[in-house]
Amino acid sequence: MTVLGVNLRNWETWGTILVGIAMVVLLFAGPHIFDLFLLFKVTLFVAMAILALSMGFIWGYGGILCFGQSAFYGLGAYTYAIAVGNIGESTAPFLLAIVVPGAFAALLGYFVFYGRLSDVYLAVVTLAVTLILYNFMRSTAGEEYVIGAQRLMGFNGISSIQPINWPGDGSAWLLPDEIFHLAMFCLIACYFGLKLLNRSHFGRVAVAIRENELRAELLGYDVRLHKLQTFTIGGAMAGLAGCLGVNFNSFVNPDVFALNFAAEIIMWTLIGGLGTLVGPMIGCIGLLMLKFEIGQQQITNTYLIFGGIIMLFVLLVPAGLLPTARQLGERYLPMLRADGAGDGRGREAAQ
Amino acid sequence: MDTAALLIIEVLNGIASLALACAGLAIIFGMMRVINFAHGEFMMLGAYTTVVCTKTLGINIWISMLIISPIVVGIIGIIVERTFIRFFYGRMIDTLIATWGLSLLLIGIVTAIFGNIIEGVSAPMGSFEVGIYNVAQYRMVLIGIVILLFIGIFLVLTRTKLGLIARGTMQNPAQASVLGISTQRVYMVTFALGAALTGLAGGLLAPISQVIPTAGAAYVAQTFITVITGGTGAVTGTLVASGVFGTVRQLLSYEFTPVLGGVGLLIVAVVLLRLLPQGITGKIFRRSL
Repeated sequence: MTVLGVNLRNWETWGTILVGIAMVVLLFAGPHIFDLFLLFKVTLFVAMAILALSMGFIWGYGGILCFGQSAFYGLGAYTYAIAVGNIGESTAPFLLAIVVPGAFAALLGYFVFYGRLSDVYLAVVTLAVTLILYNFMRSTAGEEYVIGAQRLMGFNGISSIQPINWPGDGSAWLLPDEIFHLAMFCLIACYFGLKLLNRSHFGRVAVAIRENELRAELLGYDVRLHKLQTFTIGGAMAGLAGCLGVNFNSFVNPDVFALNFAAEIIMWTLIGGLGTLVGPMIGCIGLLMLKFEIGQQQITNTYLIFGGIIMLFVLLVPAGLLPTARQLGERYLPMLRADGAGDGRGREAAQ
Repeated sequence: MDTAALLIIEVLNGIASLALACAGLAIIFGMMRVINFAHGEFMMLGAYTTVVCTKTLGINIWISMLIISPIVVGIIGIIVERTFIRFFYGRMIDTLIATWGLSLLLIGIVTAIFGNIIEGVSAPMGSFEVGIYNVAQYRMVLIGIVILLFIGIFLVLTRTKLGLIARGTMQNPAQASVLGISTQRVYMVTFALGAALTGLAGGLLAPISQVIPTAGAAYVAQTFITVITGGTGAVTGTLVASGVFGTVRQLLSYEFTPVLGGVGLLIVAVVLLRLLPQGITGKIFRRSL
C-alpha cells in the first residue's frame, strides 16, 4: 500500500509524520502553554535536542563515534558570543556559529579520517581535542585574551551576550517566544533535513559504510570523504545548537567543553536508541528533565538517585527506548510490522 | 645540576603516578574491553579506604595503602561485576553507559556517608635533599612500588597458569569454555584484579592528592587517553604511553604551567594516534601484551 511512493504500512513513515505534527504543534502552541520560565527551559531543551540529533546522525547513521560532539556545540556558542560582541548585529554571527564549527569539524575530520583512525581511537582523539579546548578556554581569563572587542573571560565565561535580533536591525532583539519559535523551526528543519538526507544516495552510502567499511570501499565509494562529509554536517548542526543554547541564558562558559557534557551527549543517544533520529532527542530531553526533577528533591543527593536510575535503565532497556518500543509495537501491533526495511540495526555495527 | 636531578625525579614521578593510575584500567579496558567510566571512582574508593583506615581506625598507613585498599576495592569489584557488569560483556559501548551510572552511584554513596568535604592523609616518611631542594621520600618509594607492580603484572600474566587462562579467555571466550574453563569465573577474577589494582592506585595516591567524593573525575580522561594510546598490547602500551605522556606533561609543567602540561599531553596523544592509528602497540612492540 503506497501513496506517492511512501509505504503506508511502514511504521517509520507514520512515526515521521507523527513526530512532524507534534513538532509543528509545539512550535505554535509552545508560548501559549508554557509560562516564561518554562519557555526558557524548553528553548534550551530544543537546542540540546538539535545537538542530540547531530550525534544521532553521525553515530547512528555514519557509524562515527565522536566523543567530542560538545566541542562543536561549544565552538558554536563561543563563535556566536564573540562575533555578536564585535558586530552587534546577529545575522552574521548566527551564520558564523554554523560555519566555524562546521569548518573545524572538516579540519578535524580530515585529520582523523584520512589518517584512517576509527573505533575507540577516533573517540579518544575527539575527546582529547575537546579537553584541549576546555583547558585553553579556562586559561583565557587574562586581559590579553581578546578577540576584537570581546574578552574571552576564562572560566568565568562570557555573560550578557546579546540575543539574536531580526535580520538587519541590531536593536530589534527577539523576544523569548520568538527565540523559541526560531529554535523549534531549526529543530524541525534539521530533523526533516536529516530524514531526507538519509533517504538520499548519500545517506544510503553512509549506512553502507557504517555496516561494513571495507565492503563499501571495495565497491568504489570513497569512505574517507564520505565520513568527512557526514562529520562536517554533524559539526555544523552542533554549532547551530550551541548558538541557540547561548540565547537561552545569554551565557557561555568553558564547561561546554568539559568531559561530563561530552559524555552526556553519548548517553542521550544510547538511552534514546542508536540508529534512530527521534531516539537521541527523546533521550536528551528525558535525561535533562530527569536531572532537573532530581535536583528539585531534598531526600538525598542527586548523584545517588541519578546513578541508580541509569543503572536500572541499562539493565532493563539495554537496546534504548525507541528500539525497545519498536520491538514491543511490532509484537503487539502486527499491522505495523515493517517489511524488513527498518534501519535499527545500527547498534551492533556501530560498536 | 641540582635542577636537572630534581627534574629527572619529577619526570619519573609523573610517569609513575600516571602508570599507577592506568594499571587497573589496562586490565579492565585493555584486556576485558569494558569501558570502565567508574575507574576514577574505584580510585576514589581506594583513597577513602586508606583515609578511613589510617585516620579513624589508626591502622599503619602502609598496611592501609598496600593491603587493605586493594582488598576492599577488589571485593567491591567482585560485587559490582557479579550483580551488574557481567550482563554487558561483549557490548563495549553499553558498558560505557552502565559504568557511567555506576560512577554516579558510587559518588552518591560516598557523599552520603562522608559528606562533600576534602579528606586527606599526610605522606609517610620525611624528605631528603637534592642540593638546595627538598624531595619527599614518599615520591621515590612510589616510583619503586610502581616498577615492582608492573613487573608483578607481567609475571602474573606471562608466567602463571592464571595469567595464561585469563589471556586465553579474553582472546577467545568460546574456545576457552570448550576447553573446560569457566569463563564467567575468569571474567570475575580478572575484573576483581583490575579493581584491586585501581584501589591500590587510589590508596597510594591518596597522600599526594585531595580525597573528595568527586576526585575520580580528574583521572578518567587522562587514564583512558593513556590506555587507548597504548593500543592493543594493554600493559606494555600503557607503560610506554605513560612514559611519553608523563615526560611531556612534567617537562611542560616545569617550564611553563601545569595547564600547559595537561594540554601538551593531549596534543601528543592526538599526534601519536594520527601517526599510529592503532595505538603504540599496534605498530611497535606488536607481540607484547
